[in-house]
Amino acid sequence: MASHPTTEHGAHGAHHPKLQHHFFSMSQQLEASTLGMWVFLVTEIMFFGGLFMAYITYRWMYPDAWEQSSNLLNVYLGGLNTAVLIVSSLTMALAVRAAQVGSRMGQIVNLILTILLGSTFLVVKYFEYSAKFDHHLIPGPHFAPTHEVSGALVNVALPFGSQIFFSLYFIMTGIHALHMVVGIGLMLVILVMAWKGKFSPGYYGPVEVSGLYWHFVDIVWIFLFPLLYLLGFHLGGH
Amino acid sequence: MSTEHTHPVTPASTYWLTFLALLVFTGLTVFVASQDYGRMNTPVALAIAVTKASLVIIYFMGVRYNTPLTKVVVIAGFMWLFILFGLGLADYLTRDMVAPGR
Repeated sequence: MASHPTTEHGAHGAHHPKLQHHFFSMSQQLEASTLGMWVFLVTEIMFFGGLFMAYITYRWMYPDAWEQSSNLLNVYLGGLNTAVLIVSSLTMALAVRAAQVGSRMGQIVNLILTILLGSTFLVVKYFEYSAKFDHHLIPGPHFAPTHEVSGALVNVALPFGSQIFFSLYFIMTGIHALHMVVGIGLMLVILVMAWKGKFSPGYYGPVEVSGLYWHFVDIVWIFLFPLLYLLGFHLGGH
Repeated sequence: MSTEHTHPVTPASTYWLTFLALLVFTGLTVFVASQDYGRMNTPVALAIAVTKASLVIIYFMGVRYNTPLTKVVVIAGFMWLFILFGLGLADYLTRDMVAPGR
């Protein structure tokens, strides 16, 4: 026939080797992946949302315990980690961009930086957690809050409800840290694929959707930082 | 064809500006937290956090280039979150209005 199919779907042999057969075009395929990732991220919003609802409820019940317990968290390490995650989001965005413009080196460098920054976050978190153990801030029978004053541990009297604050602190930051571990694993896979030169300006979906996950984990921290660390900062004592 | 661009490539400068804005807002949120505005402490902190999250979603995650369908899913996700918070608070914030023992 004269009207030979010229759509991407009909042009067999000419379509991108990475185009799955149930999609018309690479852009439709990418949009489907992006939509799928966002649907997953919406379930993640609701997952963390339940924890934030618990936070709201108990903070409403024990406002004083919340402020005074928050004042025992390390604002400087929390702030450092906030900055580390923001830099990692930048390198992540630049890695996706490198894939879009076909720069293999750009992808590799930015992905390695993203992985290193994610690992830095976890190392800082390790030091924070061990300090909380040393200061007897772990909820349970041995909960005996102390605060470090010029190298010595001084007992702090916290209102009722402070154990719930620290429970939520460990659950929320712990699950966030778990997401960071998963994100680093994801980036290692993407790094290997980028190393092998799998991505091109026409095909970079895996970098893009992994990036969405990475940015989402950053967003969770953007809310955790003020709500957990900064809540009692105006009380001083640091 | 194989080299088609699925959506426009964002200039690197946009990402750097977003990054700088996020750092500035982080500094700002730490500064305002060191002050005591009473009941306004949390609204101010949340306003900054929502601004930062919006910057990440719009620029880093590139939602501005996605189709209307994806945008609706993103917005719907946050709407469900507000339903959770709204109905949760409708319970807890009104408990004092009911006399005890009733």
